[in-house]
Amino acid sequence: MPETPKIYGIIAEFLTPADLMHAAEKVRDKGFRKWDVFTPFPVHGMDKAMGLKNSPVGWFSFIGGVTGYTSGMLMIWWMNAYDYPVLIGGKPMFSPFGAFPPSYELTILLGAFGALGGMLFLNRLPRLHHPLLKHRRFAMATHDRFYLVIESSDPKYSEIETRKLLESLGSGHIELVEE
Amino acid sequence: MSDAVTHQASTSPSGHDSISAPGMIGTIRLQAPPAELQREPMIAHQRSPGWLSDAIAGVAECKTPLWWWLAFIPSVIMMTVCFSMIIYLLSTGVGVWGPGHPVMWGWAIINFVWWIGIGHAGTLISAILFLLRQKWRTSINRAAEAMTIFAVMCAGIFPLIHIGRIWYGWWLFPIPNSFGIWPQFRSPLMWDVFAVSTYFTVSVLFWYMGLIPDLAVMRDRAKNKIRKFSYGLFALGWTGSNRHWSHYEKAYLILAGLSTPLVLSVHSIVSLDFSVSQLPGWHTTIFPPYFVAGAVFSGFGMVLSLLVPLRRLLHLEDIITVRHVELMCKVTLATGSIVGYAYGMEFFIAWYSGNPYERYAFINRATGHYWWAYWAMITCNVVVPQFFWFKKVRTCMWLVFILSILVNIGMWFERFVIVVISLHRDFIPANWGYFRPTWVDIMQYLGTFGLFFTFFLLFIRFVPIIAIAEVKGVTPQADPHHPLGGAKGGHH
Repeated sequence: MPETPKIYGIIAEFLTPADLMHAAEKVRDKGFRKWDVFTPFPVHGMDKAMGLKNSPVGWFSFIGGVTGYTSGMLMIWWMNAYDYPVLIGGKPMFSPFGAFPPSYELTILLGAFGALGGMLFLNRLPRLHHPLLKHRRFAMATHDRFYLVIESSDPKYSEIETRKLLESLGSGHIELVEE
Repeated sequence: MSDAVTHQASTSPSGHDSISAPGMIGTIRLQAPPAELQREPMIAHQRSPGWLSDAIAGVAECKTPLWWWLAFIPSVIMMTVCFSMIIYLLSTGVGVWGPGHPVMWGWAIINFVWWIGIGHAGTLISAILFLLRQKWRTSINRAAEAMTIFAVMCAGIFPLIHIGRIWYGWWLFPIPNSFGIWPQFRSPLMWDVFAVSTYFTVSVLFWYMGLIPDLAVMRDRAKNKIRKFSYGLFALGWTGSNRHWSHYEKAYLILAGLSTPLVLSVHSIVSLDFSVSQLPGWHTTIFPPYFVAGAVFSGFGMVLSLLVPLRRLLHLEDIITVRHVELMCKVTLATGSIVGYAYGMEFFIAWYSGNPYERYAFINRATGHYWWAYWAMITCNVVVPQFFWFKKVRTCMWLVFILSILVNIGMWFERFVIVVISLHRDFIPANWGYFRPTWVDIMQYLGTFGLFFTFFLLFIRFVPIIAIAEVKGVTPQADPHHPLGGAKGGHH
């Protein structure tokens, strides 16, 4: 006998970004924690409507950039001035000016890896399996529909009350999502 | 509602919109600009987000059109020519090319600088126009970034093979070798290695990051298992979660912020390969900005050459509108004029320097044995873009296409002028010569077009050629404060 599937959460569909944004503001004010909205494109103002803080991706990039610059400078000093110094045209063994362009490029290189890597790390990606990706209507989230999902693990989650709330927010289609 | 400022839009009989705000001192009346001054919308015909998905993803989903095969087969043949020429060069030696005393740098460096310059427009569109909030970039940035990546690949071939003994190519990188000696970081050629490899890597990262949401679109539309799996794999499990978008947009902004100084540095460093040397015609301080402007100019020429036919062939005229083409023409005009100014300034400084070698180098460019190359350059790079002052020209697609090709030709001649003409007259007449390319030079160059177009055509068939999520984001339907985005009017 198949066991009853575990419920991941409740999904509500909206047709316009404005409707979704109003709904997000209400859900935020109700004090839900484990919830999210899904949109085909980033909706301007949604971070505020959801009460999200500024993304810390910048720190990852900054650390990458600093690492790139210092390792570039140290590498060039170590190679050309310390490990195997070669005198060329009476120029100094190490000059920050000559060492700058490669270090500058390394700053950008590792800064860029920091930005992309930081984004993926903070989003816990890649994640190739997700309960929502199995949901049959959810494919429209990358097309032109807007979804709000409240997870069943949220302390305020209640199958009946949450559904009522989402209905009152004007969602035309509400379903449970299985784990 | 009472505490909120109420905006009421009404249309007066004269056709002007007026907005009044009660609760403020007096009433503010804003006159909408007259019809002829209103901006054309970014996406024509008020296309909806769903339509945009279908139109763009459809390009990679529909049956392969005949024109694609007609373009792809010759491209693959030319790509084979490219690799055959490399094999011939490496198995025989660099003597199969034209360079020799005194013109030691020939087509390899010309082609390298030309291809890498083309790449610059892609990064300018994706990064600099993003920072400047030029929203029209979203219709063209994906294709332009792809162009950047493939152009840098073509560029990268030349420095690698021109060293002749390609099996020592790894000496360019700081890898320990049996002599215990390290690369010489005082040399601009080493800076070039770091600049170009960073440029390629960061361009790929930027491009791929922009692709993640669009690969998710392709995954969700996929009709069969193989497509679903492969697009799904590269989409990394993207769901469109706003918590994800929040980090994503920040990371995208940072990448744009990093790519901007990067793209300016890459061609500056390429120009230092020349200007740090002591050769008249090369040893000038104007080179870095002049090279960057020229690079963006040639790159926009290439973007126009690619997108003007493609928007028609792929039926994307509503997304890459005439306005987009016009704006690109204007950038071409601006950068072309900077290049023209640089040519004039070079000549002036050569005269003003009082240095006879410097003066000779420039007069020789215009009147010497290679006068035809110099005047081809002036015609294509200084005269041709001036036609873009006229709206009639900017909106005439076949004319834009022809002029953009001329821009590409002109920029190739610019590098020819800089490399060959400067080298062929050394300080003493005993070191004078005349450079002629060999058939291998020519076929090698043409072969890189095969490589470029093979990759570009594959890109059209497998990857959304316009950033779907970004284009949706600039439509009024995506704006929660616009009536088309569901805004009810009044306070929200």
